[in-house]
Amino acid sequence: MTETTLYDRFERVIDTDPKLVVAVLAVIYLAYIASGVAFGYSLRGQLNSLANLTFYIGVFGMLALALNLHWGYTGLFNIGIVGFMGIGVYVTAILAKPPVAQGGAAQVGGFGLPLGIAVIGGVFMAAFFGLLVGLPALRLRADYLAIVTIAFSEIVRFTMMSRTFQEFTVPDTVLGYDLAADTVGLGGGGGLILNYASPLEALLHALYLWEPYLGFVSFVQANLIANNPRPVVDGVVYGLLLLAVCGLYYWLLTWTGESPFGRVLKAIREDEDVANALGKDTNRFKLKSFVLGCALMGFGGILWYAGRGSITPPSFRPNITFFVWIALIIGGAGSNTGSFLGGAVFAALLYEGPRYIKNLIEVAFNLGDGPGNFGQAMAALGSLDPVPFVLYTLNSISELRLVIMGVVLIWLMHNRPEGMLGHRKETAASIDLSRPGGAKSDAAAADGGDQQ
Amino acid sequence: MGVSETYARGRRLAGEQPFAIVVGLVAVWLVWFLVEGLVTGRIRVSNVLSYAWDGLLRGLIVGLAGIGLSMTYSILNFANFSHGDYITSGAFSGWAVTYLLAGLGEANIGSLLLVGAGGSVFGGALGIGITTSPLAVVVGMLIAGAASIGLALFIDRFVYKPIRDESGIALLITSVGVAFALRYIIVFVFGTDVRGTTSAGEVPRVSFYLIDGSFRINAHDITLLVVAVGLMLGVHLLLQTTKLGKAMRAMSDNEDLARITGIPTEQVIRATWIVGGGLTGIAGYMFVLWKGTLGFNDGWLLLLLVFAAVILGGIGSIYGAIAGGIVIGLTASMSVIWIPSEFGRAAAFFVMIVILLFKPQGIFSGRTTA
Repeated sequence: MTETTLYDRFERVIDTDPKLVVAVLAVIYLAYIASGVAFGYSLRGQLNSLANLTFYIGVFGMLALALNLHWGYTGLFNIGIVGFMGIGVYVTAILAKPPVAQGGAAQVGGFGLPLGIAVIGGVFMAAFFGLLVGLPALRLRADYLAIVTIAFSEIVRFTMMSRTFQEFTVPDTVLGYDLAADTVGLGGGGGLILNYASPLEALLHALYLWEPYLGFVSFVQANLIANNPRPVVDGVVYGLLLLAVCGLYYWLLTWTGESPFGRVLKAIREDEDVANALGKDTNRFKLKSFVLGCALMGFGGILWYAGRGSITPPSFRPNITFFVWIALIIGGAGSNTGSFLGGAVFAALLYEGPRYIKNLIEVAFNLGDGPGNFGQAMAALGSLDPVPFVLYTLNSISELRLVIMGVVLIWLMHNRPEGMLGHRKETAASIDLSRPGGAKSDAAAADGGDQQ
Repeated sequence: MGVSETYARGRRLAGEQPFAIVVGLVAVWLVWFLVEGLVTGRIRVSNVLSYAWDGLLRGLIVGLAGIGLSMTYSILNFANFSHGDYITSGAFSGWAVTYLLAGLGEANIGSLLLVGAGGSVFGGALGIGITTSPLAVVVGMLIAGAASIGLALFIDRFVYKPIRDESGIALLITSVGVAFALRYIIVFVFGTDVRGTTSAGEVPRVSFYLIDGSFRINAHDITLLVVAVGLMLGVHLLLQTTKLGKAMRAMSDNEDLARITGIPTEQVIRATWIVGGGLTGIAGYMFVLWKGTLGFNDGWLLLLLVFAAVILGGIGSIYGAIAGGIVIGLTASMSVIWIPSEFGRAAAFFVMIVILLFKPQGIFSGRTTA
């Protein structure tokens, strides 16, 4: 009884989506700040870890939202996300990198276009490849589509790694135009060095905010962090920028989902034959949804990697795709708020959490070096000394968090396949269907009882 | 009359299946490129044969691993993305035993059981090979099969059985979780380094001189060929001559009907995991023996090729899986004649995508499990 009332009260506090989002983010940030304070992080360390956290919340939120358009709205099982991200960021890099003649150290040059135009090019290319894959493949069954998309993303990665596409010489003039580039290419296994101005700097310049921004940095230097505050401030501001982009994605996808176009997508997800019978050209709708989602994934990839100094093919392994899937399933497919929350919870608990805990423990206890392999750890455990085993576990935390992710995914599929918010009904009607007089507009109450 | 009919049919084909014509033209070009290359001496006959031999052996591994995937795909109705990590688990457990048997007394047991994690023992130094330590290899192979069976049954009991009635997609997503957990538990225990497992120099080999170059076959090639063909024949007999094969076919056609007829479906599922898991583990072990290196990503990297083979052959057909495996293996190895070697696997994936688009029921369409 008390449990129910508590749950009700909780539900009433977070009855609107913005409040729910703010509440979850507040809990995440408070936990990070509190543990940072408890373990004696400096202000710089604290800000760095928060910026890092915000970055991953931003990118995973964004990508989960884009995937929600594919899977949650349209029922397209796309596991080639990382391929579209890679296309976005590689095209951006090639367009934006300065030619070798001007750029100096970089091994392969680029076209030297302004970053804004390069980003548009990258997003456009991701959408174009979405069209290329989607045009033939969207007719397939969900599991076949899955295999085609993951094979596509691997082909993209092989292409990035190949020597064949490593470097091309650009002719002086193409169709009478004089191009600035001398050599372009994908850089092969060594990847590309992103020797252009950082995306944040380019954006602030474009908005005429660069001078005020530098002023703000010197203010921080004078009052808060005396020694080289730029990277810290950059990180925090870029993180906030990503959250703002998440907001844009959310708005765009909610708007899409509520439009007549979105209602057809939901109908396709529920039963494609019925949608077809009602005279909707479902193939066309699916293709549009797929291409839009791929463009958003490309943009997500650009925001993730374009500010990193360099990109290499191993970053674009299918693991990233599955991370985004886990985020979406945690949040609940079909709900935009859920997708973002899933991204945030995934980033905070599963992606960054284990590493953060490891750092905290290392700062708090001076444990020294752990054993180099599992055998030494087990040998010590055999002689009743658990410390080497614990150290080995801590040192392997970046591998173990993938084990944790796998187990969490299995647990979710067993116990709560609809995720945090996937149980909600998204009504297709454009008018409010709830009864006047306080009844809830979603189905949460109906099955709310079994979610302990 | 005849001409106009042919013309009309050609026109209809062009209108209905423009892609089919493109594929046909590409095939013609490929053949022309090969023949022209062989005639002018740009492509060596001995090289083509070496690629084909390499592709055949790779294909046998893919086919062997594919039988299990194909069976579970048709009977349990989901694409098992953890299958690749069953391959890896089988390989690691089998190789741990091989190291132990080959190196007992020469190195400490812990390092041997961890397959030389962190460079503590090297397979080459232990002189592992089918001729130098036959017992260690055979026992290792059997353990690989047994360990994979155990693992497959354990995972089925605790992961897949509770959600047996869910949709194929829910099971697929769950299998991704299993894949992650398995792969990184292997990393936790055995580490990320890729180790050499056999003493490559000591494997006996014969070299033929063939028209314009030499063509080599080594003892591990022969071992793989014998084991793979033997196991495939064994599965063929098992499914053709026992009631189990019939029960499997009945189940993949219609599970409810099979249950009503009195087929103990859970037992059939268990038998499927046993046959499939055993073959998968042995395939993983033989793969490592054949290529001479072992890493935690081996199975995962093989998985998409195995999927390609299974889809190519038609889901549920074990002959399809074997034939598909050989086609995919040949594609991956022989494509270097036409395209840069980095794209061998890409070519195999491309073949799979083309098959999915034009003949999604596979080349052995219509027949399921045997």
